[in-house]
Amino acid sequence: MENIEAIVQDAVAAIERADNLKLLDDVRVEFLGKKGRITDLLKSLGSLSNEQRPQAGAAINRAKQSVQEILEAKKNQLEKNDQQQKLAANQLDVTLPGRKRGLGSLHPVTQTMLRIESFFKTLGFSVVEGPEVEDDYHNFEALNIPSHHPARAMHDTFYFDTSTLLRTHTSSVQVRVMETGKPPFRIICPGRVYRCDSDLTHTPMFHQVEGLLVDENVTFAHLKGVVQDFLRVFFENENLAIRFRPSYFPFTEPSAEVDMQCVMCAGKGCRVCKQSGWLEIMGCGMVHPRVFEHTGIDSEKYTGFAFGFGVDRLTMLRYHINDLRIMFENDVKFLSQFQ
Amino acid sequence: MLLSENWLREHMNPGVSTETLVEQLTMAGLEVDGFHPAAASFNGVCVGQIISTEKHPEADKLSVCQVKINKDGDFLQIVCGASNARSGLKVPVAIIGAVLPGDFIIKKARLRGVESNGMLCSAQELGMAESSSGLLELNASAPIGVDLRSYLSLDDFIIDVDLTPNRGDCLSIRGLAREVGVLNNLDAQEIKVTENCSVIDDILTVKLSAPEACPRYVGRIMKNINIQAETPLWMLERLRRSGVRSIDPVVDVTNYVLLELGQPMHAFDLDVLQGSIDVRLARAKEKLLLLNGQELELAESTLVIADDEKALALAGIMGGKASSVSEKTKNIFLESAFFAPLTLAGKARSYGLHTDSSHRFERGVDFQLQVQAMERATGLLLEIVGGEVGPLIESLSQKHLPEAASIHLRKQRVQQLLGFELKDAEIENILTRLGMHLSSNHQGWEVRAPSYRFDINLEIDLIEEIGRIYGYNRLPVSALNFNQVLPANSEKIIDKTTVIRLLVNSGYQESICYSFVDQVSMQVLDPEVELLTLANPISSELAVMRTTLWAGLIKAAIFNQNRQQNAIRLFEHGLVFHKKGKVLEQKKMLAGVVSKQAQVAHWEKGKTIIDFYDVKADLENIFTLSGCAQDYRFVPCNHHALHPGQSAAIYRKERLLGHLGALHPEVAKKLGLEIELFVFELDLDAILQRHLPIFKAISKFPGTSRDLALIIDKQISAQAILDMISQNGSDILQNVSIFDVYEGQNIEKGKKSIALSLTLQHSSRTLEDLEVTDLVDKIVANLNQNFDAKLRD
Repeated sequence: MENIEAIVQDAVAAIERADNLKLLDDVRVEFLGKKGRITDLLKSLGSLSNEQRPQAGAAINRAKQSVQEILEAKKNQLEKNDQQQKLAANQLDVTLPGRKRGLGSLHPVTQTMLRIESFFKTLGFSVVEGPEVEDDYHNFEALNIPSHHPARAMHDTFYFDTSTLLRTHTSSVQVRVMETGKPPFRIICPGRVYRCDSDLTHTPMFHQVEGLLVDENVTFAHLKGVVQDFLRVFFENENLAIRFRPSYFPFTEPSAEVDMQCVMCAGKGCRVCKQSGWLEIMGCGMVHPRVFEHTGIDSEKYTGFAFGFGVDRLTMLRYHINDLRIMFENDVKFLSQFQ
Repeated sequence: MLLSENWLREHMNPGVSTETLVEQLTMAGLEVDGFHPAAASFNGVCVGQIISTEKHPEADKLSVCQVKINKDGDFLQIVCGASNARSGLKVPVAIIGAVLPGDFIIKKARLRGVESNGMLCSAQELGMAESSSGLLELNASAPIGVDLRSYLSLDDFIIDVDLTPNRGDCLSIRGLAREVGVLNNLDAQEIKVTENCSVIDDILTVKLSAPEACPRYVGRIMKNINIQAETPLWMLERLRRSGVRSIDPVVDVTNYVLLELGQPMHAFDLDVLQGSIDVRLARAKEKLLLLNGQELELAESTLVIADDEKALALAGIMGGKASSVSEKTKNIFLESAFFAPLTLAGKARSYGLHTDSSHRFERGVDFQLQVQAMERATGLLLEIVGGEVGPLIESLSQKHLPEAASIHLRKQRVQQLLGFELKDAEIENILTRLGMHLSSNHQGWEVRAPSYRFDINLEIDLIEEIGRIYGYNRLPVSALNFNQVLPANSEKIIDKTTVIRLLVNSGYQESICYSFVDQVSMQVLDPEVELLTLANPISSELAVMRTTLWAGLIKAAIFNQNRQQNAIRLFEHGLVFHKKGKVLEQKKMLAGVVSKQAQVAHWEKGKTIIDFYDVKADLENIFTLSGCAQDYRFVPCNHHALHPGQSAAIYRKERLLGHLGALHPEVAKKLGLEIELFVFELDLDAILQRHLPIFKAISKFPGTSRDLALIIDKQISAQAILDMISQNGSDILQNVSIFDVYEGQNIEKGKKSIALSLTLQHSSRTLEDLEVTDLVDKIVANLNQNFDAKLRD
């Protein structure tokens, strides 16, 4: 039995010495392998007497088990060390930038447009687009602006020939929708519009959203509600002061200009609002019976409202852009500010 | 329209401040653009009279004036440099201690040795004019010693009202006064106009040859007037504050009446007229030389005032030169007429003209105003230029006068549009204050509008007036409470936003370019195409409609290139305009431009450049959204704007949707582009068409893959190989991918090596080795037979 203890001591010492998994495995083979020293002891049991055999067998098995446990523990420890070394070797500089292409950006006018569309879609409006090269009828005539109407002078129209022009507003789209469909209508018409005017505060092309709601019993009160809600939601200010001023558009009556409290100075007066505290922000009104007549809708049964506003202006106010000309230059340093 | 606040208050003076008055007008739809003082701030200036002038002993251009500044006869010695300083003249005198505009304080001074005790002032020095030459000459009757501000009532504001085209009735002091009266619940005072008795019998016959265009013409002869008389300062001041220049006393009076009452008038030199007056349409090719020197050949639809021989004036627009009042005029013929708005509409503009007169007639002048205006003008002229007054001449075609329509106003309709019920009394009060005549009936009222309200013809016009005067901001607000209209929402169309966001996620910046560009660059990009050209472009740079979005995007690239910003990855979506004879196609496109330098440098690989396949991948990503990416094909093509070896036409099945390629260096050079660009353009609506995904069962049986490396002629495209394989493929061939393409060392010249990976799997059983080998052999044999492809060793 001294023999067993000596072997165990040898094994423990050898395990102790092994400082990597390969050496540890060699130790395992030396003691527990097919020809290992402890295995040999088990094989030698056959030479013992029946009385001695169980006791000796038990002792050898105990020794084997003990060596196995020590070996396993050492193995776990070596594996853990190994793992740690590997991890240490694979250390990265996590502060280096990632591999990327870089994110682009949507033009701020588009971002505003999407925000507007999302508001009106929630109210059940559909988005409709139309042609930019329009005929005189849809841009003017059907909107109750006959050819010699003084209001035409306000439009500074680009013409191709006497009857073809670049639309001056997206109101032409409401005509197209009304003349081909049946009420109720609930649409917004976003898009590019054109006026023959270019200076510090005008670009010859700009963007407009026109809205139209036609149904039974639509009143001016509904118009006021929608316009007010829209501006307050858009500018995220539920107390935004809004006022309606009588105005004139041939295609609506009653017509109104909408002023809102200047969002740059909270109505205190600044350069943007010319010290008035108010910003003129949109035009609106109840659809004129003549427009209904032109589009074949019974104006006794149906009433409706329309509104229109400049998207570029809303964009500039929203993002504090103070130079109109920069809007369509497409300077990448401008565009990249709107990610 | 500019107007003097004091003048307005003389007609209607509500007890409210200037700010409130202006606010009232704006909120009633008569928008005030601004208001500013009629004169700059100054004090210590009074009316004085130059008693004598002497030449300054030391300076040629200066004179030494003795100036009387009060009735007691106190004199001041003042040195003055103005050339119009003369004895007897009444002028503004700034006495010692006076403060002129710009905080300029007047002190006792010596000018070249001569004492000066104040300053004689010009209009400019008092902030009453932008510029002036010489002293402001005051009327001989100006009371000496009186403060100039009170004498000229300079404590006044000039109000700028921006009137909408429907409110022609407010284009006068009286019109605005009426409106201010309505807003403040005050009664308008009628202007007292006395009839002028004639002292001579001279008349001209006035014939109305076009009575529908001119149903009323009022005229009068005045003889032996003094055209040299001076327009009184109070009138000059009112004209000045209305932005009207003084011409001569006759024209000044007609302008004054126009501003005061809204009736445009005209004065002819009577001695030039031949025979009678005829208000008729122009004859073919009739000519007329206008007051402003413009010579017109008249259109036959133009209304003119003529004598027996020729056209004298463009009716309601502008007088002719030959018959105009001049400094020699002694006898005049005055005109105060009503011209129908429809006759005048657009006429002035058709001759490139726009006058105070045409502005008013186009919008509608009160057709009951002519006699009153004539009497008012006559009275003023008598005071200023004197002369002998002839009888009032009136030619009238009663049946052609506008008729105030009787409008049926229903209570229920008021409520239907304004959204609440107004009391009858309130409606009646508002309309009555506006000068409407009402009679009740069972539904509401019959309403007749006054003769000056050309904009009131329909029931809706009355409802607007009710809302306007009641106050838009007092009208109720309500939420939408209608049956929901459910918008269509097809899953078979990709939302445009999804596509553009995908591009943004791939590093693209969205641009918005003008839809019109210059003709030269358009032709460089698209030489074959017929252009849609603006008749009145704002500049040659913005003159033709784009036929491709590349035009604007390349300009944007150049803009950035010129600012040393060469990393460009832009896209735009919008319409392009293709003209084919008489047919115009407006098509929505999506386009992009990417510069070689657009790649963000990475520390791992250093700087790399973008190539064709980077941009192609961006498009392939978009096509993948369609659910049928396999329908898209890139076919080598010849496009004059693209590099011949790096350009592809893009098809979805048989339909051409656009192009991708490197911009042709020659085209780039012509456009002034120095950086190299890849460009693409696609039919937007077409790429938004989507197949709804339909689920396919996932095979539970193991698949396998086989790699092939082929040596093949360099000219044979990858697509040709893939097509050939898929033609021969059986249903077990799931996918073919190209994982390597190689030319050069170890490959015969003119050949390339292409490595393919085939993925094979059966949907309902495990594949057998033999069938896999058979299929691969068959594919190789086929490629060999068709393309002479050989397996690489």
